[in-house]
Amino acid sequence: MRDLSLHLLDIIQNSLAAEADKISIGITANRAKNRLSLLVLDNGKGMREKVVRQAVDPFFTTRKTRQVGLGLPLLNMNSRQAGGRLLIKSVTGRGTLVAAVFQIEHPDRPPLGDIGETITASILAGPETDYKIVLKNKNNKMRISTEEIKWQLGEVPITSFEVLTWLRGYLNDCVTAIFGGVLNEIDCRAGGNTEENT
Amino acid sequence: MKSIAELEEIRKKTLEQIGLRKSSGKGKRIVVGMATCGIAAGARPVMNAFLEELKKRNIHDVQVTLTGCIGVCRLEPIVEVYNEDGSKVTYVKMTPQKAARVVAEHIVNGRVCSDYTITAAEKE
Repeated sequence: MRDLSLHLLDIIQNSLAAEADKISIGITANRAKNRLSLLVLDNGKGMREKVVRQAVDPFFTTRKTRQVGLGLPLLNMNSRQAGGRLLIKSVTGRGTLVAAVFQIEHPDRPPLGDIGETITASILAGPETDYKIVLKNKNNKMRISTEEIKWQLGEVPITSFEVLTWLRGYLNDCVTAIFGGVLNEIDCRAGGNTEENT
Repeated sequence: MKSIAELEEIRKKTLEQIGLRKSSGKGKRIVVGMATCGIAAGARPVMNAFLEELKKRNIHDVQVTLTGCIGVCRLEPIVEVYNEDGSKVTYVKMTPQKAARVVAEHIVNGRVCSDYTITAAEKE
């Protein structure tokens, strides 16, 4: 995977495969602590403890078509290579939490990537599922909820191309506002970032 | 910066177009493989190219959906186009540029881009 947004999409696909209809996505950057964390919490069917332990093994999978499952192992590898770690907690029948931590300044940390495109892809993959996205730096926070967007859209489907392409741009503007200047790969736009000023 | 208030504009605009769409009946369906293999091979920008291209051409009776692994990971990104009659064309090793051509030729004009199909790739 080239960047973190692609990992995020991959993990969200797991949540959808687990029949989640509510998925919370959190991206938190704290430059002072040199820590970037990605978080996906779903209300899917969850995994047994034994399955959670095996989830980062590339030669373990629950699907029947093939003997490998690389999504979580790749994310585990990438976070470890960037001085972080991967955490998975799951309760059967309740849901799963996947958290990947990275050192912001680590040379092997993948860039954040196109978060907007990941969310539009997730909406197309699971249009009925509600996504809550929280972007956070040390001082600022932005929340985007597809449930609210659907409510605002009324009878217009969230999957219409106009809505999705707008949403991608809107989300990426939010990413720039929160992470501009906080993550090295995202430029600070005028008035966008406040972490450095305070 | 884009604001959430723009959503109201988009809602109104889209609503008008939905009204026009109803007469055109059932359309084609584009299915993009978006499992780990597809994502790693670049399926997400391909999906986005389809969205952008369909939006640009004001096409509303086509549905874009995602699916898991289609089974031939080495040929990802894979895109299946279902025609109105239920027949299916499988495009392999897709790119955003190829996606634009599939929209122009297959979706709009009904001509299959045979050089991008799985049959063409398997002959190589």
